[in-house]
Amino acid sequence: MTYIIKPKFHHPKLPTNKLGLTHRDYEGTVSTLCAGCGHDSISAAIIQACFELDLPPHRVAKMSGIGCSSKTPAYFLGQGHGFNTVHGRMPSVATGASLANRDLVYLGISGDGDSASIGLGQFAHCLRRSVNMVYIVENNGVYGLTKGQFSATADAGSTSKQGVENADSPIDLASMALLMGASFVARSFSGDKNQLVPLISAAIKHRGAAFIDVISPCVAFNNHPGSTKSFDYVREHNEAVNELDVMIPRGEITVDYAPGTVEDVEQHDGSIVRLRKLEEGYDATDRLRAMSYLQERQAQGEVVTGLLYIDPDAGDLNDRMDTVEAPLNTLGTQELCPGSEAIEAINARLR
Amino acid sequence: MLPMIPEEERTAAVNDFVVKFANVNGSGSASANRLFARSIFRMGVPTASRNIFPSNIQGLPTWYEVRVSEAGHLGRRGGVDLMVAMNPQTWDKDIAEIDRGGYLFYDSTRPMPPSKFRDDICIVGVPLTAICNERYSDPRQRQLFKNIIYVGALAELLGIDQSIVEELIGEQFRSKEKLIAPNIEALHMGRDYAVNELAGAVNLKVRRSDAVGDRIIIEGNDAAGLGCVYGGATVAAWYPITPSTSLAEAFGRHCQRFRVDKESDKNRFAIVQAEDELSSIGMVIGAAWNGARAFTTTSGPGISLMQEFIGLAYFAEIPVVIFDVQRGGPSTGMPTRTQQSDILIAAYASHGDTKHILLFPEDPREAFEFAALSFDLCERLQTPVFVMLDLDIGMNEWLCKPLAWDDSKQFDRGKVLSAEDLEVNEKFARYHDVDGDSITHRTYPGTHPERGAFFTRGTSKNRIAKYSEEGADYVENMQRLLRKFESAKSIVPAPIRRNAAEPSQVGVLYYGSTAPAMSEALVALAEDGIHLDTMRIRAFPFSDEIIDFVLDHDQVFVVEQNRDAQLRTVLVNEGSLDPARLIPVLHYDGTPITARFIIDEIGGNLRALSGTASRDAAE
Repeated sequence: MTYIIKPKFHHPKLPTNKLGLTHRDYEGTVSTLCAGCGHDSISAAIIQACFELDLPPHRVAKMSGIGCSSKTPAYFLGQGHGFNTVHGRMPSVATGASLANRDLVYLGISGDGDSASIGLGQFAHCLRRSVNMVYIVENNGVYGLTKGQFSATADAGSTSKQGVENADSPIDLASMALLMGASFVARSFSGDKNQLVPLISAAIKHRGAAFIDVISPCVAFNNHPGSTKSFDYVREHNEAVNELDVMIPRGEITVDYAPGTVEDVEQHDGSIVRLRKLEEGYDATDRLRAMSYLQERQAQGEVVTGLLYIDPDAGDLNDRMDTVEAPLNTLGTQELCPGSEAIEAINARLR
Repeated sequence: MLPMIPEEERTAAVNDFVVKFANVNGSGSASANRLFARSIFRMGVPTASRNIFPSNIQGLPTWYEVRVSEAGHLGRRGGVDLMVAMNPQTWDKDIAEIDRGGYLFYDSTRPMPPSKFRDDICIVGVPLTAICNERYSDPRQRQLFKNIIYVGALAELLGIDQSIVEELIGEQFRSKEKLIAPNIEALHMGRDYAVNELAGAVNLKVRRSDAVGDRIIIEGNDAAGLGCVYGGATVAAWYPITPSTSLAEAFGRHCQRFRVDKESDKNRFAIVQAEDELSSIGMVIGAAWNGARAFTTTSGPGISLMQEFIGLAYFAEIPVVIFDVQRGGPSTGMPTRTQQSDILIAAYASHGDTKHILLFPEDPREAFEFAALSFDLCERLQTPVFVMLDLDIGMNEWLCKPLAWDDSKQFDRGKVLSAEDLEVNEKFARYHDVDGDSITHRTYPGTHPERGAFFTRGTSKNRIAKYSEEGADYVENMQRLLRKFESAKSIVPAPIRRNAAEPSQVGVLYYGSTAPAMSEALVALAEDGIHLDTMRIRAFPFSDEIIDFVLDHDQVFVVEQNRDAQLRTVLVNEGSLDPARLIPVLHYDGTPITARFIIDEIGGNLRALSGTASRDAAE
């Protein structure tokens, strides 16, 4: 835990992106989480993804609930507005925000305590409404801020740091997201940056609700033998179905791969998600197969990661609401108030 | 032979009486009863009709009460002059409610023992079932046309112009023309029976008048939904709950009419039916944080669920509007009955130290006005605003002054910094009171690449919106929020004071839907020599005028529609007033308060006091 002010100096030759910004311009304040916390790796992956996508940091709205994970939006994109809401209810706030201004990128950060217990309802409804956002759950299986109670994602039979066994069935948020109709569902591991960064990039580029379940070990309370959310366990049981790259095409993309090993998925904004299959026959556009595959592998104790499902044409809540192109928060009296003439007509009909 | 009051003792009145219909819900009676009330309104006589209905779709008792008053008394009077008793389930209770000398109108097809009637009222029987069965074979037709037949008979008995009723039937079925003729036929069947068999039976009469003037008839929820359109709301999130549902639906209807962009055919609004009230308030907070005008509509149980989020909106200073269409509580309470029993929970909603702005419209016209105003108020003050309606205003059709709008009015978006403002404002600090009015500057997300970003949180923070657990930072912020709340006193709608014709040491405070019953009660009390100064409270925080009004009088009655004198509690608390000066007058059975109740309570109380005084003097 640290409380120093983050120094602003940096190497003069740090690489810049198309906006002329360096990596440092995507950072926030110094993290106050425990040293080695998986959540900090996720913050770093978010920073890298936004840097690589040339996103203006101030056009990202960072939404969170309550818990260790929900503190992290302070640690990245310091020039973006953040909103630390109430426990389990980040999704509703993000829903309203995305209706008010459809032009920003909404990045929701939650935890398994926040999303799988009190927030399970909002998690489900936000995904089924296809709110245009990236919804990341930093999943460690425990309540960190209140010191080590099991969360609802803890596997049955896994043990707490004190050796108590969890008897209840786990809630698998990725499976739920598929069931709820999320149009982008992924799982990753905070210790696998190579996988996580392109997943976050693809999620940002996705129009609709993009959910990423990131297993993010809690070094203080859930990194012991007996835990199924520890660094060791996840490394041993990580089974990636694919690898991906996100490409912004500027000409025809031509590459040679053996047939059936690569799939290009074009998203709404023209970007391409290139999937290299690691699991033969896994089709990330088949929702029903993805659901049964997850169930089968999880029953064997595997942690299935990668881009599990994508529907690039789903559209978002604003599409469904058929709202005007201009963000609603830019409309003024002129566009919104019908005026006195209309009132007279209404009065006339009520007599 | 049925017992019957002598003719000379029967109530005789012109344009001043109460008709009550007792029906079974789901039987199609509502539209027939509405037709009856509308016909009187079209004759230029002020009417007020109220639905008293169950939380049920079919089969339970429901009532519809029509107050006819040329003098313009539009509250409930109390008592019934003509009972249209169409529901055997509630027969005994309905008969008992008729004033002495009043009338009972009933379906006389099946004979009933004289013991089921009263001998101090006038009994008017029409064999409705027999008439229907002779003419119709389809059960649903028998049911629906029975209602129209009684309207035809009543119109004849009361002297309502049949051509007006026919005109209204024509308007009602404009899009289903083939229904017009059969309805008019049924109407005539009732009329003909009354002409032939019941001439002169009823001495209550409707006579053409011009007392309605340019007034309109509208439900409060409809008017409030329209007010949200005029107030510039673009995001609404709500969860269905009686009696607030029709407000959200009205907003949707008005948006379809006024907010669809003509060129693109796209919507300048977004309405979400949320999964619950925890979510609806969250959506509204998210939208308002992001610069849209946003509101939710709910009732007491929803307000209970929203508490935590309301505290966040207060502490993080997010401008949201909450419509609370109050019903009977606690818990599920009486979902289809009216009360003013959410005053305390709204005024101090959430844990920790909070106070919220409440507006109390008296009728649909004010519901429209306050709805539009609430968005300016909340953005100017950066805090939640509650519009406190109730079922009586929200779901009943009220006769009220026409709606009005001033085209010179522009939305007051409050202190929001634009990108240009931020260019010259290097030291943006979200919670720093730079203007000395306790209201700080805010920015919308995404405004400026380098300036104006801040972190919104429910935890304590310092002036520059950084997390802080410093006691001094916390106290400074809480003191500023309190000053800000106090400053609202001069911006919210001022109370309306009316002094008695003669100087009085007795005052009355009241608010919301109590207003029309109060105005009738005041006239009657004055006729009885009881003169009262009155003040109608229209908002919380209470302005100094309200506190002064209490201090100016020896006694002040506080008339409310709840058990615990909730507004009085807030008055005592906020105005540091002596509770002994404030005498509660409380009506909370779930039906709208009546003029007679107020007359009895205040008159009785004052007579008891003066009786005590004279006895003291005699000793």
